[in-house]
Amino acid sequence: MDIQFTEEQELLRSSVQRLLRDQYGFDARRKIVTSEEGWSRKQWRVFAKLGLLGAPFSEDAGGLGGGPLSTMVIMHEFGRRLVIEPFVETVVLAGGLIEQLGSSDQKQYFVPDIIAGEKIWALAWTEKGARFDLASVTTSARRDGNDYVLSGEKTAVIAAPWADYLIVSARTSGHHHDRGGVSLFVVDRHAANLDLQSFKTIDGRRAAEISLRNVRAELLGGEGEGVAALEACRDRVIGALCAEAVGAMAELNATTLEYSKTRKQFGSTIGSFQVLQHRMVDMFIAHQEALSLMQHLSLSLSAGEAEISRLASGAKSKIGYAGRFVADQAVQLHGGMGMTDELNIGHYFKRISSINIQFGDPAFHMLRFAQLDAAA
Amino acid sequence: MELALSPEDAAFRDEVRAFIADNYPAEMRVANPETDLSKEQMLLWHRILYRKGWLAPLWPKEFGGPGWSITRRFIFEQETTRAGTMPPLAFSVTMVGPVIYTFGNDKQKQKFLPRILSGEDWWCQGYSEPGSGSDLATVRTKAVRDGDHYIVNGHKTWTTLAQHADWIFCLVRTDPTAKPQSGISFLLIDMKSPGVTVRPIITIDGSHEVNDVFLEDVRVPVENLIGEENKGWTYAKFLLGNERTSMAGIGRSTRYIDRLKKIVKAEIPADDPAHLEFVKEIARIELDVLALEATELRVVAQMARGIDPGPAASLFKIRGTEIFQNITEPTHRAIGNYGLAIREHPVSANHFMPGRDYGHTASEKYLNSRKLSIYGGSNEIQRNIIAKAVLGL
Repeated sequence: MDIQFTEEQELLRSSVQRLLRDQYGFDARRKIVTSEEGWSRKQWRVFAKLGLLGAPFSEDAGGLGGGPLSTMVIMHEFGRRLVIEPFVETVVLAGGLIEQLGSSDQKQYFVPDIIAGEKIWALAWTEKGARFDLASVTTSARRDGNDYVLSGEKTAVIAAPWADYLIVSARTSGHHHDRGGVSLFVVDRHAANLDLQSFKTIDGRRAAEISLRNVRAELLGGEGEGVAALEACRDRVIGALCAEAVGAMAELNATTLEYSKTRKQFGSTIGSFQVLQHRMVDMFIAHQEALSLMQHLSLSLSAGEAEISRLASGAKSKIGYAGRFVADQAVQLHGGMGMTDELNIGHYFKRISSINIQFGDPAFHMLRFAQLDAAA
Repeated sequence: MELALSPEDAAFRDEVRAFIADNYPAEMRVANPETDLSKEQMLLWHRILYRKGWLAPLWPKEFGGPGWSITRRFIFEQETTRAGTMPPLAFSVTMVGPVIYTFGNDKQKQKFLPRILSGEDWWCQGYSEPGSGSDLATVRTKAVRDGDHYIVNGHKTWTTLAQHADWIFCLVRTDPTAKPQSGISFLLIDMKSPGVTVRPIITIDGSHEVNDVFLEDVRVPVENLIGEENKGWTYAKFLLGNERTSMAGIGRSTRYIDRLKKIVKAEIPADDPAHLEFVKEIARIELDVLALEATELRVVAQMARGIDPGPAASLFKIRGTEIFQNITEPTHRAIGNYGLAIREHPVSANHFMPGRDYGHTASEKYLNSRKLSIYGGSNEIQRNIIAKAVLGL
């Protein structure tokens, strides 16, 4: 099941690698993260110029037609370098939803600006008390002429402080948990009566609590299609987040292995201690399995297979647990140094922790994997 | 679970409990006492205990201890940790104090012990170095005799709360030709000495607890040497023994389990399948705590009969730290999407934090508790100790 990369995919990978090696070293990243804005528009434009922001879009939409496999290649490299810019939010989430649901007018209006690196997007689906349930929506949408008017609260929306547009899930009919009553809307992030309370996330990103009071919005897709669309969107973003997590695990393992060969205690390199050798073997195995599952998921997404949710949840759970194990042990084996803000190890740990929350934690997806078993 | 107490000890327990309830400063009940309190705030409870004569349970009466039995010391520890009080600074009270009254000379005892008790002096620990973590015997900080002074040069690291410290107790190498353990001395250094520099180390939770301490040509009077030159390793090991026995952390774990239960109840509806998963996980942790607590009570009962648990104390460090890590992880998970947020340090009301108050420290506690299996002798080292010294492997 090993992926034989096409020439284009190899080219994409090597060009992302080269770019990040030259421009996204750990110090450069730290400057970006600690800057006032917390992300780099300049870097974003470089990504656009290299074609990364258009890579997964279909050729019809003005993209390069690379689909989920190009997302996988990019996100794996982004994971290795802890890229902070909102590729997942803008390209995978919003871009994916617009391609899937948007009218041809909407696609023509929004997609070129995403590909050109002109506009940033964020997806506001979570609400207080909803945990990871896509259908648990109380934000309301009321028809008003050709538009809709939204009121409610959205919570922990990653990249919202950076965004030009939001995609917001809101209820057009039904009660609290009704799947069929949720629709998606495009909202101008700077619209009147939309308030943001920003905060920093554990992995150095920015997120916000969002309050909407009669905010003008444009329907994306049909009324009531929101939950089904978000489910498909979640499967895609799981592919991207798993690739990122696996990239982060690869770096953690490589760095820890290297450290164990140079760090000396008790007159020997710590890598010569059997208990740590076995630990690193388990880290290696965890990464290998995660890599395989991640590739399997990306190939299935790429083939457009139906009924992919069970595999996506399984991968999110398994890779989540594997990532947590690898990150825990990478910190442990680095000792005190692994605890410092100065070293990159803790930053990988935090990104993996954050990925494990986004769109459902490993325990949530394990249950979902069980529930989606047709045989059960 | 409780020790079987005599009526006198039971009365003592009630007295301790009431004293905490009546006297623990409300000011110290902040979201995360370990990172949010100023030096002055941390010393409030210290001073109250000092005035009561309860500051240093371990110390013999002649040096200002309360003269408690092992059982009473344990009761006091149990009551103070269960109530979530911030213990007086361990580096001063449980570490350097006992070294000074055990191995120091009369002049040192008279000079330092009263100032530790009163809270006048704040101590930090100069053990670890960049090349000497678990393998402490390889310390390279040098102390060279020059008349009635030592000239000290070196780099200490992971020095907890050195930013507040008046004094640092250091392991220094006084005989570079001897075997690693034999050439080490135990030296007390005034942090105001010229040549001492403190540099903060920010940890992954964003807080500033630990520091690098640089020592450049620091002149230290010979009278600040504890015991004999080149015998420092013996004193250092004595001190590490004190550190380990208090690491089971039953009181703290019990409080954090209660908090986790409260969060799970508020955040996850009972009909959500995730609820049962949390319930099972919490039960597993509670059983871990119960077993460790039973072990602790058994050991305390043995100690009261004069039996020294010896290196088995490493068990408390291993299990106590693993259990606390196993609590902070699901606590972080229980708050769902709010686990993405983390407080900015230094903590200020100006920074917005989303979600309910009980979740505001979940992220930083989860991250910060990674250190527990590393510090104070990593858990790998503790397992080596049990393998060698207990199992004879």
